[in-house]
Amino acid sequence: MKLETLSKKTVFRALNSDGLRFTIGGFNVCLSSSVPAVAEHLLSLYGAFDVLDNTAFIDFYTALEPPSKLRRFFRPQVNFSFDGYFPFKPLPYKQASAMFEWGLNWCIASHSHQYLIIHASVVVRNRKAFIFPGVPGSGKSTLCAALVSRGWRLLSDEMTLLSVSDGCVYPLPRPISLKNRSIDVIQEFAPDAVMGSIVKNTAKGSIGHVRPPDNSVAQYNTPAQPAKLIFPKYDKDSNTVLTTLSKSRALLKVTENCFNYNILGVKGFNSLSNLIDVSDCYDFKYSNLEEAVALFTDLAH
Amino acid sequence: MKSFQQPILCSVLIDPHFALNFNLRQWDLLIRQARSANLLARLGYLFESVGLLNQLPARALTHIMSAQVYADRFYIALQREISCIKEALNSLNAPLVLLKGSAYFMAGNIAANGRLFSDVDILVPEDKLSAVEEALIKAGWMTNTIDPYDQKYYRQWMHEIPPLRHLKRHTSIDVHHNILPKTNRFYPDSNKLFANSVKIPDHNIWILAPEDRVLHSAMHLFHEGEFTQGLRDLSDLDLLLKEFSIQESFWKKLLLRSTELQQQIPLFYALRYSHRILQTPVPESVLKASKQPINTILMDALFLRALLPDHNSCNDKWTGLARSLLFIRSHYLKMPIYLMVPHLLRKTYRRILGKELH
Repeated sequence: MKLETLSKKTVFRALNSDGLRFTIGGFNVCLSSSVPAVAEHLLSLYGAFDVLDNTAFIDFYTALEPPSKLRRFFRPQVNFSFDGYFPFKPLPYKQASAMFEWGLNWCIASHSHQYLIIHASVVVRNRKAFIFPGVPGSGKSTLCAALVSRGWRLLSDEMTLLSVSDGCVYPLPRPISLKNRSIDVIQEFAPDAVMGSIVKNTAKGSIGHVRPPDNSVAQYNTPAQPAKLIFPKYDKDSNTVLTTLSKSRALLKVTENCFNYNILGVKGFNSLSNLIDVSDCYDFKYSNLEEAVALFTDLAH
Repeated sequence: MKSFQQPILCSVLIDPHFALNFNLRQWDLLIRQARSANLLARLGYLFESVGLLNQLPARALTHIMSAQVYADRFYIALQREISCIKEALNSLNAPLVLLKGSAYFMAGNIAANGRLFSDVDILVPEDKLSAVEEALIKAGWMTNTIDPYDQKYYRQWMHEIPPLRHLKRHTSIDVHHNILPKTNRFYPDSNKLFANSVKIPDHNIWILAPEDRVLHSAMHLFHEGEFTQGLRDLSDLDLLLKEFSIQESFWKKLLLRSTELQQQIPLFYALRYSHRILQTPVPESVLKASKQPINTILMDALFLRALLPDHNSCNDKWTGLARSLLFIRSHYLKMPIYLMVPHLLRKTYRRILGKELH
């Protein structure tokens, strides 16, 4: 059953009591929260996700609640918790929905060492996975949102889950997180994209989330073969330039963008070597999204 | 008195086969309790040891395997850390005795399986303390505690110097000269500990004798004020006792040694609660012989709550109170009242000012 088939009231009620149980990629998540913005966030962006009944095994029990009722009127705050554990300091109440996304990133990155987790977005065309690692500001999410809006399948915006056992990329389709100017850029590039409410003044500036395409969410069980490893760099004056990157350089660069490479040790190194072996590696500089999409569509043939 | 309701995790630690009939919701609860008790990786070793690992539902297995990946990485780091410490102290003519987790690891004890911790604890003779500290600082460790009050508190009253942290590896080491604070009524003679310690073959490293390892684990747990890892520590005791009890006259030696080191009370608690909560096979006669004149109704009410996993599903309405009372008790045991009151007042004051993190 999809989340969007539930009434608004049912969603609110579930969040306020035992929690709403749903599937995000290969993970089963339970979320409880009395914060209305969190419910709105789910209703607008998670409509295509499967809801679970209470017989399912839940991987991550999460909650977003104000730390104290006393502060309801004075600089209200919100806390993220993972089954009673609080990994972060509270944030302003208005940032609750963004905090859910960050909190879930933390849950997955800290407890899923069956994958080598790369800080990268990953999209698929013609069954070929394109991986875009990126430090913040490289434009990986913008690129990802642009490609997805033109029919590419979204595997993941924030974390690429590379299976240590079979070398495939496992899907984690979730809302794409855009920051600051990227929000306007994508609204202009893809006017049909559904965007949740913009959260302002976070540590990363303004944040907007784009709803993942329904068919990408539906394919959450289908992994993909890695094919291209592309290091994007947005530069406002740049032409669209794709340069081949040597495999050794690519290996070093991607190592810097992993969440749990140090924990996986030899397994992590082997996974990355395999990734580099099967992928063509590039550096990519761009400023024009239309040109970028055209170039990658070509490359995916 | 608490009607003792066994958390699902304890039942599985007692007999892993108990999990075979679980439905998915019960597996879900087991994983949650094990994670909050820091026993997820150990649970994996337990299932592995009885050949049940391949009968686990996929989702539960994934969490356990992920915890084991982390644990494997931890062992590599620990091995390296121990050799760095050994090297730093090589030139000193002092025995290096590893304590707790690192000792179990070097001894190959079952209690090392899935035991994750943040500090390496070592024991050195008190007269070598400053030489050891100097050598460690030379090798890149430095003190974490800048506050002069804390420095004085450690050096004057405690059984260890303030924790040292390595500048590059960010690892911590606690250097002890005894296993209980100087202010404790039952402060043991550390020479006795050194006298019985055991050398690890092919290494210039020592660990406490098996009985002393049990007693140290017991006194640590039952003098402790925080029980977030209480069940993990109780499980250590359970595994150590099971492993050592096959040695001839182990129980006799253990009882005798507890008297020599004045640790009869912690041993009594250790045997009582590992037997009650984890059904450790302690002979009836040993349980009887270890008895101490203690109000067990009160202590049961406290420990049978505080020693359960720190998870919502294991708490009742008295758990919070039990943990708070045991916290106060730990300070009372650590130091006499005339030292404790000013110390706690100062700590509280600094916490209110936000200068203290814990």
